[in-house]
Amino acid sequence: MNVRVGSWSVRLAPRALLVSVLLVVAGFLVTVAALSTGEFTVPVPDIVSAIFGQGTPVAELIVGKLRAPRVVTGLLVGAAFGLSGAIFQSLTRNPLGSPDFIGFTAGASTGGILAVVAGGSAMTIAGGALAGCVVTAALVYLLAYRGGVQGYRLVLVGIGANALLLAVNSYILTRANINDAANAGAWLTGSLGGRGWEHAWPVALALLVLLPLCLSIARPLRMIEMGDDAAKAMGIRVEVVRAAAVTAGVLLSGVATAAAGPVIFVALAAPQLARRLTRSPGVTLASSALMGAVLLTAADLAAQRVLAPTQLPVGVLTAAIGGTYLVLLLRKDRH
Amino acid sequence: MRPAEVSVTAGAGQEDGGRKARARPSVLVAGLAVTVALLALVAMASVALGARSVSFGAVIDAFVAPDGSNDHTVIRELRVPRTLLGLGVGATLGLAGALMQSLTRNPLADPGLLGIDQGAALGVTLALGLFGLTDPVVYVWFAFGGAALASVAVYSLASSGRSGSSPVRLALAGVAFGMVCTAISSAILRMDSQTFDRMRFWLTGSLAGQTADTLVRLAPFMVAGLVLGLLLARPLNLLALGEDAGKALGVNVNRTRILTGVAVTLLCGAATAAAGPLVFVGLIVPHAVRALVGPDQRWVLPYSALAAPILLLGADVIGRLIARPGEVQVGIVWAVIGAPIFIMLARRKRVAAL
Repeated sequence: MNVRVGSWSVRLAPRALLVSVLLVVAGFLVTVAALSTGEFTVPVPDIVSAIFGQGTPVAELIVGKLRAPRVVTGLLVGAAFGLSGAIFQSLTRNPLGSPDFIGFTAGASTGGILAVVAGGSAMTIAGGALAGCVVTAALVYLLAYRGGVQGYRLVLVGIGANALLLAVNSYILTRANINDAANAGAWLTGSLGGRGWEHAWPVALALLVLLPLCLSIARPLRMIEMGDDAAKAMGIRVEVVRAAAVTAGVLLSGVATAAAGPVIFVALAAPQLARRLTRSPGVTLASSALMGAVLLTAADLAAQRVLAPTQLPVGVLTAAIGGTYLVLLLRKDRH
Repeated sequence: MRPAEVSVTAGAGQEDGGRKARARPSVLVAGLAVTVALLALVAMASVALGARSVSFGAVIDAFVAPDGSNDHTVIRELRVPRTLLGLGVGATLGLAGALMQSLTRNPLADPGLLGIDQGAALGVTLALGLFGLTDPVVYVWFAFGGAALASVAVYSLASSGRSGSSPVRLALAGVAFGMVCTAISSAILRMDSQTFDRMRFWLTGSLAGQTADTLVRLAPFMVAGLVLGLLLARPLNLLALGEDAGKALGVNVNRTRILTGVAVTLLCGAATAAAGPLVFVGLIVPHAVRALVGPDQRWVLPYSALAAPILLLGADVIGRLIARPGEVQVGIVWAVIGAPIFIMLARRKRVAAL
């Protein structure tokens, strides 16, 4: 289905559109549930008034100051991870080629725990994580460069960097005193607990700038998936598109890790789940972002409620989901 | 086709594929002697050198005339067990890496990289953190369980799908599975800060802090894995010609695969229970060995088992010397040495085609 407005046209697959709408609905329902339920229940009709400062003081505090920032951070971080995962899976042409596994998240973790151990504030930790991610990605990209960057080489070099950085991370943990180590260890699990608006803003800003960029290179990215030569033959500047995609993907996973810690597997699973639902032959960027948002907020809701009053960090839950997903991948994809 | 397997134990097998090896067996045997000599040298260095300076005379005295002084106690109670542990862990990881690379025909196979060590580590974390089992003979079984689960999962994950088990797929599957195991381990550790404090050193990969008793109790498992692994040289050689050719030459393909899996599980489980997950040892050593002795597994496997402890102990000594009076865990030293070599291997054009 093609939609035309003057010279501007966009191809819409009805099924992809339907999936997107359903994902938005699911995200809305999860958000409402997360805002309303918990130790202190806020009736659904009171949520809106509580957010806009018209409710009871307790409801305002709990919904506006505690729950809303957490849910919004979760939605944004999930979307950023989902989008970043879709970009890298497309670039590496591999369903497992997500930023978690090719060193970027590990690099962000190194920056983050260095800041934790140095006693940095939330802002310093976020800055450290973003810097770690960008530096790692730049090194991996340079090391993988041999007259162009091939997906498989990016993955392999990234895996080497990942192993090195994981060792560095555990070295930092062993050198720190036990309190710092425990704090850093907690951050390393990935959590949305205690997140405020200051965590949500940077991610929102990044998405605002990068989402349109990503969508504008979605088509050439799909062409590149067919092979560099085919894409070049169709007049696509392969290395330019690839560099733009890598930059966007790195920044997205960097700000997401900065906000919530290295929550693993969202970037891996979201694009693949979205792809299965839309029955698209390749990864799709917009539905991957939506799927990431739903996945992370739903996982966080479950992490808070399943073992209540024990609060699990959401990273544990996404790791468990990721494990299940790997098993499914193992069972289903036999061609 | 029994004779093929029987002659493995006899160490003969000159009739096929032996031409290359027959051309220079004397050189290779001499090389083996040199390797053993080097190993002895590194082992001596590992006993003599460390965070605490001990004179050479005192090292000798510690064995011939122990007087219970601090120096002698350090050497007898700490450095000798540590050195023996390094020998055992190095040999098991070197052989495990060589076996995995041979079986998967994948140049990037490594117990630490493919998640097998992390699976074993998850088993140990479960045993120590959740069930409070501190006896190595008990928790080594958890390590075996984790290693076996990881081998099966990673191998089938990588070989499913259209493209089959390419190096990239296998490596990614391994990293992914390893990360699940690590995440679950760290979740368990977060519930209990005492175990976390203990395990954070072990999870880095370290030869320090294990007693002679642990080593003695894990040794039978390591020896069993080493013997089984070395016996597989010949069927693995024949399998390297391709599955069909191997079958035609009398190799029971499935049995060889399963036995190799058992050997890898024994080796990695015991090594991880002893020293934590160590990345890259099993990757780099067989590569270096193959470059020196050629592709014949009857030489690659024993050379790998002998050369790996040289490098592991060497790295351990370096880690003790560069951070005096503290130390850098051997797992870190290896990651710093191994990652650049791995990246170099990955940059080679050939990898994708293998």
